[in-house]
Amino acid sequence: MQTNQVLDARGLNCPLPILRTKKALNALQSGETVKVVSTDPGSVKDMTSFCEQTGNRLLSSQQAGSDYEFVIRKT
Amino acid sequence: MNVAKLNPVEHSSEALPADLASLDAWLDQRLDEKLAQREAAKIPSLAIVATKGTMDMAYPPLILASTATALGWNASIFFTFYGLELLKKDLSLKVSPLGNPAMPMKMPFGPEWLKCINLPIPNVLAGNLPGFESFATSMMNQTLKSKGVASIKELRDICIESEVRMVACQMTVDLFNYRQDEFIPEIAEWIGATSYLAEARKADVCLFI
Repeated sequence: MQTNQVLDARGLNCPLPILRTKKALNALQSGETVKVVSTDPGSVKDMTSFCEQTGNRLLSSQQAGSDYEFVIRKT
Repeated sequence: MNVAKLNPVEHSSEALPADLASLDAWLDQRLDEKLAQREAAKIPSLAIVATKGTMDMAYPPLILASTATALGWNASIFFTFYGLELLKKDLSLKVSPLGNPAMPMKMPFGPEWLKCINLPIPNVLAGNLPGFESFATSMMNQTLKSKGVASIKELRDICIESEVRMVACQMTVDLFNYRQDEFIPEIAEWIGATSYLAEARKADVCLFI
C-alpha cells in the first residue's frame, strides 16, 4: 500500500514505537497515511489501543516475518 | 410533590412531560446524553508522584507520562524526594540489587541460552559486595540498549518535548541542600504538597511511584 510516510521503528521497544508514531502523525495532514514497521510484539496491541483512543484509523495491521506493519490514517 | 415546582423552564417552548414518572424518565435520558457529551469532549489527565531515584524506578513515571501525552492526555509529574534525581542536569541513576530481590541477574550479552539464565547471586551478597552496584548498573544499561528500550535521558527529553508538566518539590531541595541550578530548566514550577494535590484532585488517573 502506498503511504505518505514510512516510519521505521524496528529494534525499538515500548513505548518508543507509539511515541514515534505520534510524532510522525503530527507531521501529517488529515487524511494522509503513515506505514509503521516495528519488531516489538507488544506494539500490535498498543497500536490498536493507540488508534482507538486517538481516533486515528488503523487501516491494516499485519506480520511480515519478524516485522509488524501498521498503516494508519490520520483523522 | 408539586411537579410544576420542578420545572424551571416553564417559558421554554419545548413541552416537558407533565407527570412525575415521565419527567423522571426524561431527566434520566437527558442527563445520560449530557454526560456522554461531556465525557466525549473531556481531555483525560494523568498525575504522577515520582518518589524514587533509582534507574529501574525512573522508567515507570516517564514511560507512562510520555505515553499519556501521545494519546492526547494532559500529563504531569510531581518529583519529590529521591524522584528529584530524575530532573538533575547530570543524570547518573543507578540500579541497586540491595533490597531489590526480584531484580533478575541476567547477562546482557553472550548466546541466547546464557542471556535467559537468572544468575543465582544471593541478594545479601549482591547488595553488599563493593562495586556490585556499578556492575549491575552497567549490565542493566547494556540490556536496555540491546533491547531497544529508551534511555532515561531520551524518555525525559520526549516528556519535555511532548509538554508533560514537570513540577518539583521545593521542600526536598531545601531538605537535601540542593541548588535549583543543578536541575534542568524545563521544570515548570517548584511547588509543595498543597499545590500538587489541587492539581491531582482533578486528574482521572493518579499514580504514586
